This record gives sequence, structure tokens and C-alpha cells, in this order.
Amino acid sequence: MTPIIRVSGIRKTYGKTVAVDDVSFEVQEGEIFGLIGPNGAGKTTTMECVEGLRRPDRGSISVLSLDPIRDARALQLKVGVQLQQAQLQKRIKVREAVDLWASLYPHPVDGDALLDRLGLADKRKAWFMTLSGGQKQRLFIALALIHDPDVVLLDELTTGLDPQARRAIWDLVREIRARGKTVLLTTHLMEEAERLCDRVAIVERGRVIDVGTPAGLVRKHCENETVVLETTDASAAQRFETIPGVESVTWQNTACTIRGRDGLVTHVIQCLAEHRIHVTSFKTELPNLEDVFLTLTGHSIRE
Amino acid sequence: MMKALLKLTWLEIKIFVREPMGVIGTIGIPAAVFLIASRLLGPRIARAAIQTGGGAVSTVLPVLASILMALSAITSLVTIISIYREGGILKRLRATPLSPTVILSAHVLVKLLFTVLTLAIMVLLGRRYFPPGAPVPLFSYTVALIFTTWAILSIGFLIASIVPTARFAQPLAAIIFYPMIVVSGLFFPVSALPEWMQAVARVLPLGYAVSLLDGIWRGQGWVAHLGDVAALTLFFLAFTAISTRVFRWE
Repeated sequence: MTPIIRVSGIRKTYGKTVAVDDVSFEVQEGEIFGLIGPNGAGKTTTMECVEGLRRPDRGSISVLSLDPIRDARALQLKVGVQLQQAQLQKRIKVREAVDLWASLYPHPVDGDALLDRLGLADKRKAWFMTLSGGQKQRLFIALALIHDPDVVLLDELTTGLDPQARRAIWDLVREIRARGKTVLLTTHLMEEAERLCDRVAIVERGRVIDVGTPAGLVRKHCENETVVLETTDASAAQRFETIPGVESVTWQNTACTIRGRDGLVTHVIQCLAEHRIHVTSFKTELPNLEDVFLTLTGHSIRE
Repeated sequence: MMKALLKLTWLEIKIFVREPMGVIGTIGIPAAVFLIASRLLGPRIARAAIQTGGGAVSTVLPVLASILMALSAITSLVTIISIYREGGILKRLRATPLSPTVILSAHVLVKLLFTVLTLAIMVLLGRRYFPPGAPVPLFSYTVALIFTTWAILSIGFLIASIVPTARFAQPLAAIIFYPMIVVSGLFFPVSALPEWMQAVARVLPLGYAVSLLDGIWRGQGWVAHLGDVAALTLFFLAFTAISTRVFRWE
């Protein structure tokens, strides 16, 4: 199947600063694909190259088999974008912005229905400057969807939003996918990537380190599993040391942390059952994309 | 494209009048100052004009007011475009089928409209204080005013296309405008200027604007000023062409 978006070996420098060193990835039809990585990794520059707002120094990009810069006119009709930190006129009304955008395209969708869907129906007459962060982002999503595009590009969609607003936006993005659209987004929030993206590309210092499904990347790079439990059973310490796959067992009074791999959680449960060890608390800690990032780069994404 | 231009222009007009300070500054203050100045000085200027056969300055007062209004329209055009650029509004508009020409033109139309409106108010107010002398071709003058304002607003296109931030916009506009006013014939007749200043005046649009407005006001007719019209058209085309090429979205 031809990918909807294909980025091959792009590089972009600003003077001596290398914003994007070497980035390649492909986005398939109908998926939510995430570019993830810390701020300054080159995600937004990559996105702006895909949007046709910047010309890469090297490499090539095709979106729906078109060139983002050469075929900008044709692509504007098929691609919807939401830019990082975009603004509108302070005193433009929500409804006016949607109307203006609708007038720019040949076949816009119904603006009122769109605002309804995005939960902005009662903000129709509100000035842009009076909207909350989440409402502004929803308006920008509305503007990105007004011409019913096949591809939607979302740059740092939920940055600066509270968790509740963030979840609402995630639902909206899933809904876009459910309508058969292809979504490319950037985020520095690993939770967002895990919950939302079908596949992700991990970007670090202008390069793609790995591409895959969030779960697949975790399996590939972070096999360690952790069990934290509390027990007063005196025999437990000795028994835990012999569990298959165990790498370390550490105690702090009655609290025990067991680290290991290869099905450790299952083996710990079997051990507890077999020896009738009484525990007062039990929880597992499975690795996530943040751990993957730490493993691959040697530093935390939050730094 | 025409539909988008009209839509954007109408929208910008509405957005503009939602900011009370902007409306007061653009229309209210010039009209008020003009009214007060006319009350205090009007009779004296009128008398002086009759005695000397000309204005207190080398051009008539309405022309002076027109040019100053046009220049302030340019400054405010430049400022608003740079605010849009800094705020990321231009960047967002760039990802739509809107072209920079349409965005700039919409703002020009808004400025033009409010400039003409302000001047119309001034003329109406001024009637009481300036007893009609020779009949002034008001219709022709209005056409000439819209044309010249449009033409010299293209300087604003150019400045607006390249200034990085709003803070740069004002001083840059001032650096360009004040010397241009000096050689434009607005305060001193161009023929009284040194040779080299006259040469400078010829490559700047403002002198032609002053000449055209002044001539039309004095009832000289368009045919006598075809040269001015041609020069202003050339400036407009050149500045617009350059600014579309160098336009910075962010």
C-alpha cells in the first residue's frame, strides 16, 4: 500500500543549528502516527516541512503523492493543519473564523455542525481572546477540519492544557481517525503518544531513533518488569531470590521490590501461590514509552 | 479570491470597530483636533489665505491633512501586519489558500475606508470655518485621495512585508516618512529645494501624491496631472511586486 505521507532523509539547518539531521518515516492510510521526543528534537521543523511551510535542505517529502511545496495549492485542499502556538485576531468571533475559513475552500463542511461536534456551540459568538486554552485548540481543530481534509497534521495539540481538556481532545482525534482520516501529530507527552497513536517515531536530536507501535517499542527495548509488594512472611526473601527471571530483590522493612524480565510478574504470582505467602499489597510496574526513551537515549525525556 | 478579499475586509472592519481605542484614535482624535484647531485658527488662516493668495503653508490645508492621514494609515498598516506576524496569525493564515496580497489588500481597504471617513468628517466640520472660496471639485478630489492613498500605502506593503516585529515598525516608518515629507512639497515647494533634494523627491512617491492632490483641489483637472497618476501607478506596481516576493510570514 502506498503510504499517505512519506518523509525520506530530510535535513534542515538554520545557520549552524541543525534542527533536523536525518528524518525518515512513512504514515499509512487511516492511522494516527506520532512524532515523539523532547522539545527541540526537531519534531515541529519536520512537521513544518510536511506542511510545506519550510523547504528541507535535503531529502524528499510526499503527501498523498504530492510535493508539499510545489503542489502547495492542491494539497491545501486535502490537508488540514493545526500549528503550534498559532493565534487568531483577538476580537474575531468563533463563528466568524469558521465562516472565513469555510469561504476559502470549494467544498466546506457545515460550520455549525462542526462547532457542535467540537463542543463549541455555545461559544459561537465569543471573541477569540476570551476562549480558554482548550477551547482555542478545539477551534483550531475545527479550522483544520472545515474543508473535510484526508490528512490532518496536528502540532503539539495539547501542550498547556489541563488533563481533562487533554482527554477531550484525544477523543476528538480518535473521532477524526474513525472518519477514515490519516493523522500525523507531534507530542512530547509520552502518555499522549501511548493512548492516542497507532505508531510512533521517536525523534532525538534531529534523528529518528526507532519507529513502531507504542507496545511494540516497549517490548523491544524494555523487557524489565517490576513487582512491588508488602509481606511479613520471613521465608519470602529467600523464595523470591529463586524466581526465574529475577534480577534484583530489594527490601525496605516489609516492602519488597522485585525486578526482572521474561514473565517475571507471572512467576512472582506463581511463587506466592505455591508457598502460600501472605501479602498485604501487590502492584506491578510495567515499562512505558518514557522508559523506552530513557533506554535508547540514556536520558529522560523530561530533561 | 475576490470573495475571500471582501470577506476578510468586512471581517477586519468589524474586528477594528470592536476596539474602541482604535476607533477613537483613528477617527475621533483627528476630527476633534481639527475641529479645535479650526475654531481657534480658522478665521485667521482664511484671512491670511485671502491676503497672500495662497495657504499659510505652501499647500492648502485639506491636502496637508490628507497626506498626514495617509501616512498615519501606512504606519498603522505596518503595525497591524507586524502584530499579526508576531502573534502567529499570519503563520496560521499561510496554511490556507489566502495569498499575502489578499491579506495586505484587506488591511489596505480597511485603512482606506477609515481614512476617507475621517477626512469626510473633517471636511463637513471644516465647512463652517472655512468660507467657500473658489468651488472645490469634491468628487474628483475624493477619487484622487483614494487613488493616492492606495498608491502610497504600497510603501506600507513593503515595510510591512519585511519588518520583523511591531517595535521595529514604528521607527522604521518614521525614518522613511519624515525625510519623504520634507522633500514632498508639502511644506516647502519642491522648486525651492536644492537640486539634489529635488532629485530625491523624484524617486519617491509622496511628491507626486502632493502634486496630484494639490492640483485637483485647485481645480486643475486630471489631464494636467497624468504624469503624477502614471508615476504613482508605477510606484504602486513596483512596491507591490517587491513586497509579494519578500513577504515574511513569521
